[in-house]
Amino acid sequence: MSHNIVSPLPGLFYRKPGPGKDAYISEGDRVESGQTIGVIEIMKQFSEIRSDVAGTLTSFAVEDFGAVNPGDVIAVIEVGP
Amino acid sequence: MSFEILEPGLSTTVQDRGRLGYYNVGIPQGGSMDQWSAELANAVAGNTAAEAVLECTYLGPRFRTTEAAVIAVGGAPVDVKVNGENREQWTRLELAAGDEVSFGFLQGGTRFYIAVRGGIDVPLVLGSRSTYTLGSLGGFKGRKLEAGDVVPVGPSAAGNKGLGGIDPALRPTYTRELDIRVVCGLYDHRLTEAGMNTLLSSTWTLTPVADRTGLRYSGPAIEWKPRQQPFGAGSDPSNIVDAGYAVGSIQIPGGNEPIALHRDAVSGGGYAMVATVISADMDLLARSAPGTQTRFRAVTMKDALRARADLKALRHRLWGN
Repeated sequence: MSHNIVSPLPGLFYRKPGPGKDAYISEGDRVESGQTIGVIEIMKQFSEIRSDVAGTLTSFAVEDFGAVNPGDVIAVIEVGP
Repeated sequence: MSFEILEPGLSTTVQDRGRLGYYNVGIPQGGSMDQWSAELANAVAGNTAAEAVLECTYLGPRFRTTEAAVIAVGGAPVDVKVNGENREQWTRLELAAGDEVSFGFLQGGTRFYIAVRGGIDVPLVLGSRSTYTLGSLGGFKGRKLEAGDVVPVGPSAAGNKGLGGIDPALRPTYTRELDIRVVCGLYDHRLTEAGMNTLLSSTWTLTPVADRTGLRYSGPAIEWKPRQQPFGAGSDPSNIVDAGYAVGSIQIPGGNEPIALHRDAVSGGGYAMVATVISADMDLLARSAPGTQTRFRAVTMKDALRARADLKALRHRLWGN
């Protein structure tokens, strides 16, 4: 079963915690419930986006540095043990 | 009576009609970014226009009321939940002691307002309960709310039940394409004719860099008149010798990316203000979400004053005075 991680915020989506740092997670990686998969910047604040399920992150639906709006799908996760 | 904040949301602050009269010493007027929505919420909750409300930005809070309370939620469209059950915006919501209020995702706009009968009862600072976070002044301890805060609610005035609802025609609208009226000046003479045309004929995209201080737009480069910069002005043609900034004024640092100052604006600085958003359109600006396609349309001072008078008349109709 696939599960969408949806953005609660508008802003810019970043896959890395900072320039020159490794991405939080890559497509195909295992993800745990509560794990950070990226951050959204809005109003000079960075909000971590966490997965609410465990499984495999199959794909990102937003590119790095991409603009998002509330309700937009950020990533798709294949739910699994 | 009070609200216990369980989750604060992205940026939830106490606001009212603002702290007028101190801009000359650098303290901005502040107040609800979208004054009209806050006022409508107050009208439904059974308050006057003066009571302080909670301004919720993008992501709302989750809170519990310690006693029975009457609230109303106005502003940007959002799912309202009481104890997990969906409730309506723009209507009176009667809460019992212990009820928990939470919110879904915003479906448009930027901010919604929670009015509670009796108002949010933080101390008055310089005549206002508004939070000025940059100055750590007013509101709840001069800052946005945090989990664990206990926010006091004032006693309700007897006899005011509030409006049964708000006529949809009076409710704010949310659009991704917006015309904003501006009066040119005070420094429009610093732009070339082509530069001014670019400002007024282009479609500007609101960037995510938009908060209570100002809103930054992206679009084409704007041409300034070349000049020998006077003593005291910076080296860029968009620099001037420091001057007072009007609330709503538009500056264009470097000639790209106009910034429209909003209710928590700094009171002065060294960027030329080429135009000023009219007071009647400040709420529209406040409702703009990132990505909103915006055009700045020049109007005369007479038009601006008429729009202000129209808004005042609408307020009188709402409050029946």
